Amino acid sequence: MTPDELLKTLYDETLLGNAPAVLALTQQGLDLGLTPESLLFDSLIPSLEEVGARFERGDYFVPEMLIAGRAMSGALALLRPLLAETGVQTVGTFVMGTVKGDVHDIGKNLVNIMLEGAGFHVIDLGVQVPPERFVEAINEYKPDIVGFSAFLTTTMPMFKANINALEKAGIRDQVVVMVGGAPVTQEYADAVGADAYAADASQTVKKAKDLIQKKRAMVSA
Amino acid sequence: MVEVAAPVGEVPAGEVALIACGAIAQPCGRIVQQRGWSVDIHPLPPLLHNRPDLIAGEVEELALQLRPRYSSVAVAYADCGTYGALDSVCARLGLRRLAGLHCYDVFAGQDRLAAFFSEQPGTYVLTDFLVRSFARTVVAELGLDRYPELRDTYFGNYTRVVWLAQEPDAELAHLASKAADCLGLPLTTVDVGTTGLERELTTLLHPTAAPIGCIAKK
Ligand code: B12
Repeated sequence: MTPDELLKTLYDETLLGNAPAVLALTQQGLDLGLTPESLLFDSLIPSLEEVGARFERGDYFVPEMLIAGRAMSGALALLRPLLAETGVQTVGTFVMGTVKGDVHDIGKNLVNIMLEGAGFHVIDLGVQVPPERFVEAINEYKPDIVGFSAFLTTTMPMFKANINALEKAGIRDQVVVMVGGAPVTQEYADAVGADAYAADASQTVKKAKDLIQKKRAMVSA
Repeated sequence: MVEVAAPVGEVPAGEVALIACGAIAQPCGRIVQQRGWSVDIHPLPPLLHNRPDLIAGEVEELALQLRPRYSSVAVAYADCGTYGALDSVCARLGLRRLAGLHCYDVFAGQDRLAAFFSEQPGTYVLTDFLVRSFARTVVAELGLDRYPELRDTYFGNYTRVVWLAQEPDAELAHLASKAADCLGLPLTTVDVGTTGLERELTTLLHPTAAPIGCIAKK
């Protein structure tokens, strides 16, 4: 297989969620001399983006998304230590959690995979994360961004409660707040005082990178 | 089996068209029949719940088709994950819908449902419809038939199944316990009956009628 063929096959197998093939092809790609970055950015990430697009169009439903995400996670586990070895700097640190009272986590987990793939250091606090746990994690990990995920109309108000908790702890200015989840809109994000909203995983990565750049430019200015 | 309205285009039997989510169309039909209301039920596919972004558009399209043929059209959907989109359609077309976020609110009452979730956030709710159609609406839709190993990815954070039993019998009870077993979760059965749906339907279709439990004096 040529490197181009390999990247194309890896893309297709990720799309199908064929985890064993994805892992084997990732290893084969490395053996062929492809860099971890190329495997990620020329194949795995575009494939997962296509998975997201198919979900939006209704061609894929949740299980197809999950198995594709799982396949990508397997490849990431192989690539992560290699990326660290090559000394590639992490793009930034992202603390993520599903808000208190909510146990939906598929969307959040997919965002995490894409963030990791794009070079973020992700600390996942899991589901049902109370405001004080977010405060604790921000103090501990000093992330660039904290992300709140919510999927139920009844749990969305926790965004505001979390932001209030950050304000009360005096750390609101230290961290960019991103929010997301199926019921969330830009208007809602603005209303609760979040810094950004993203509708899907690839938008989250793009916005997170922009926000970090802006934040760093402001600090160095 | 409850009869469902004649297809669009045929002469309506009732005065009111009730656009109903397929997950509650049958109990709605039974209540309509028992009460002798002049209402035709027009169901939409229950699986729209998995693409809630499509619900408002489907309701709008059907309402526009039905409006010229009935004296009024009502919507037997709660918000159902449309996050306000259904309310916009209702406001635009002058329609009313069932109160609440989803049919669980309608069956059990909003406060009671909220209490289930605050007691145990990892509560997964079943209705009679979901119990009966579990293999198709839950197992197949979530891909658990093809990828059984995904069960914990979906339900790993859940702690119990609450069955809001409306018209329970031995067969349904058996199916409910099979469903909970399939998810690896304990089952709590809460007998909610059909008064919740009946009350909300009465409010929707006959806002000025006597409340359930009151015997109307002729
Ligand atoms: C899968 C699913 C489930 C799974 C969840 C498994 C899990 N571990 O998460 C199961 C079957 C367990 C489930 C349970 C329930 N669900 Co559910 N579920 C869904 C469904 C079908 C898909 C959600 C999903 O995973 N989508 C796929 C992901 C990839 O998309 P996403 O979530 O939108 O995430 C993307 C973006 O939002 C964004 N994003 C996500 N998080 C974040 C965070 C940040 C910071 C950023 C920037 C971006 C971001 O990026 C993600 C990736 O692209 C939706 C309907 C739908 N189609 O939306 C209903 C839905 C969300 N569920 C709903 C309901 C009502 C329930 C139940 C109450 C039902 C019940 N019978 O008990 C329970 C909840 C119980 C509880 N205690 O929480 C309703 C919510 C309605 C409402 N008004 O709140 C919906 C809308 C269905 C409906 N039409 O009624 N559900």
